[in-house]
Amino acid sequence: MRGITKRFGATEALAAVDLSVLPGEIHALLGQNGAGKSTLMKILSGALAPDAGTIELDGASYRPRDPLEGRRAGVAMIYQELSLAPHLTVAENVFLGVEPTRRGLLDRATMRRRTADVLTELGSADIVPDARVGSLPIAARQIVEIARALAAGCRVLVLDEPTSSLPKPDAERLFATMRRLAAKGEAIVYITHFLEEALAVADRYSVLRDGRLVDAGPTAGVMPETIVTAMVGQPGSEAYPRSPRRAGEALLVIEDLAGMVRPNEATITVHRGEVVGIFGLVGSGRTELLRAIFGLDPVVRGDVQVMGLGDAGPAERWRSGAGMVSEDRKGEGLASGRSVADNLMLSRFGPWVTDRAQRRAVAPVVDELGIRLADPFQPVSQLSGGNQQKVALGRLLHHDVDLLLLDEPTRGIDVASKAAIYRVIDRLVTRAERPCAVLIVGSYLPELLGICDRIVVMARGSLGDPVRAADINERALLMAASGAGAA
Amino acid sequence: MRRNLVTLAALLGAFLFFAILVQRETGEFGFVSGANLELILRQTAIVGTAALGMTLIIAAGGIDLSAGAVIALSTVVIAASLSAGLSPILAVALGVGAGAVAGALNGILVTVLGVVPFIVTLGTMLVVRGVAKGLAHEQKIDAPMTWVNEALAVLKPEHRWMLFPPGVWLTVALAAVVGVVLNSTRFGRHVLAVGSNEAAARLAGVRVGRVKRMVYLLGGVLVGVAGVMQFARLSVGDPTVATGLELEIIAAVVIGGASLAGGEGWVLGSLLGALIMTVIRAGGSQLGWSNWVQEIVTGFIIVTAVAIDRIRHRRAG
Repeated sequence: MRGITKRFGATEALAAVDLSVLPGEIHALLGQNGAGKSTLMKILSGALAPDAGTIELDGASYRPRDPLEGRRAGVAMIYQELSLAPHLTVAENVFLGVEPTRRGLLDRATMRRRTADVLTELGSADIVPDARVGSLPIAARQIVEIARALAAGCRVLVLDEPTSSLPKPDAERLFATMRRLAAKGEAIVYITHFLEEALAVADRYSVLRDGRLVDAGPTAGVMPETIVTAMVGQPGSEAYPRSPRRAGEALLVIEDLAGMVRPNEATITVHRGEVVGIFGLVGSGRTELLRAIFGLDPVVRGDVQVMGLGDAGPAERWRSGAGMVSEDRKGEGLASGRSVADNLMLSRFGPWVTDRAQRRAVAPVVDELGIRLADPFQPVSQLSGGNQQKVALGRLLHHDVDLLLLDEPTRGIDVASKAAIYRVIDRLVTRAERPCAVLIVGSYLPELLGICDRIVVMARGSLGDPVRAADINERALLMAASGAGAA
Repeated sequence: MRRNLVTLAALLGAFLFFAILVQRETGEFGFVSGANLELILRQTAIVGTAALGMTLIIAAGGIDLSAGAVIALSTVVIAASLSAGLSPILAVALGVGAGAVAGALNGILVTVLGVVPFIVTLGTMLVVRGVAKGLAHEQKIDAPMTWVNEALAVLKPEHRWMLFPPGVWLTVALAAVVGVVLNSTRFGRHVLAVGSNEAAARLAGVRVGRVKRMVYLLGGVLVGVAGVMQFARLSVGDPTVATGLELEIIAAVVIGGASLAGGEGWVLGSLLGALIMTVIRAGGSQLGWSNWVQEIVTGFIIVTAVAIDRIRHRRAG
């Protein structure tokens, strides 16, 4: 790709960007949200047309008019939101739209055999071609998606944030698959927010900032700090703000809590003025724990006291001063069709709602979190991912809660938005009046170690004993989370 | 608000279209006369009133297929009450009450059983229609003439100062109330949030079940009022009246810009949508179009309205 330029109205999304990806290499495309990564990849896949610049594929000029043409030419996008049909089998998905037939009937035997072949090639022979995709874990579905691209003969694969919802072992497996593909001569573009991962997996990298290519080169010997500097534009100041903290009264006390399937047993106390982190792999029951605390899922056994209130529904939780941010922003966090203002105020509307009152009510929250918007009445779906997440958290600020339950609040968002969220969390737990208590679920260890005062590991539905963040390291936490030892 | 302007433009366009055609056909401006306007408004009142409740239900992500049957039940209850010698005011209250009971039943079934609204109200549509027929012993119930019949009748000369019959004014007043409820109250925002994303609303502390039950209850009350107007027009209780009317009500709401996926609904738009359909019917019959032509035209209008909305959304989003 050479000299790619794209404008949206007055803003220049891409300014003369060059990108070359070689067969057999894994190329990490890095940059903050809004840096132009997605735009560049949409141009590559054919979803957008560039205003200027040329693309060559295998030496031939390539100008796809739509994603289908791009796919036929051999460029496949694999998005965060998977595009598989959950009710169909693995084989049916792999051959969706290009089903082999014999005398007008579906040739299931061939489909099955060739699917098995491709999966074996990917090192995932354990995925059964006849399994329904809906019954597979996310990680396996991603492999199926890749298999589909391969079966269609694609030479360039673009993976957009493929590991953001994967626990470590699954991510490792995906990396192994990517390496196999590269060894076969496929070209892989890999977009991610996890710098360590990118540096470990990719052969070369490119960094975009504000639509310009600001850094590129082989990954060997490059430190994450170098890349962060390129992404941010200036040497990143302290990544995780942390003011002196003092724990006060207990706001959340749970004892021997159990839900329907998960959690099995959970005991913990969270006080004013502290951030407590729960670290666990996907499926460990950490999300279910928060849901049970907040009254979204039933409590089967044990005792839960939130702000002095026992087992209760979400409406009562909010009223007593607790708020929750869901990990599933689209499905549960925000009402995407409604306005930013409505989403911010949803937990606490006055009896009468007017435009003026809404403007006044949301302005301080928008300011404090630095939410970038054109108008508070625009649909929240028009904001970037990072800004949407700020809205989800902003609801807790508008409500003025004392206890914050945050499930993966920074997943898949840009560095600047993350920093804004860290800053707000730190301010809330250290404010002079009614310092907040924060219980945060995360799977990114440097982040948890950076912002938490205490960390608990959750594994197979059980919550361990909290440890002071200052007294533990990533290795020990990972060991505990994967069940190798007790933390 | 801009969405309402689109519907208004469509209404004016349809009105102008027929005004010109009728003028060409007859050489007179009959379509823009006060009498014709009054006719159009009188004919819109029933669907318009019911569409107010349907707007709330659809905005909350639901649907009510039982509306037509409930209108029939309401007329039967009123006629039976009047012929039993009850006072008109009590009869009207019972008619509206029948709508409220049906709406409450819909709400409870939707929230307690967790069955999708389409199926629940498909069921109650049959149940309510059956109850109406049973109550009326499968025939029309005659009722003595009372002031109720004047709600939608042509105004007497001494009442000309009202401009339009009281039923029309009632529809306008109810629209104002429902509009304020949907746009300017906490309850209204909760309705829209539940329709947009039920899980998100629950997480944010909205009592989703309560909101839905309230919406179906209000919908039932408004359909009950529409039943009163239907009775006023017929002056009999007819258990078979308004069959299929629920589809016309839903069409009005959809033409008005509501999304059947929920999270969006325009009270004024729904009224305008109901007016558009009446204008087509009135204009068509004055031009001597057959019924089937009118039906085809209305069908195309519905699809076009929704298609235009889809395009608008694609551009915005």
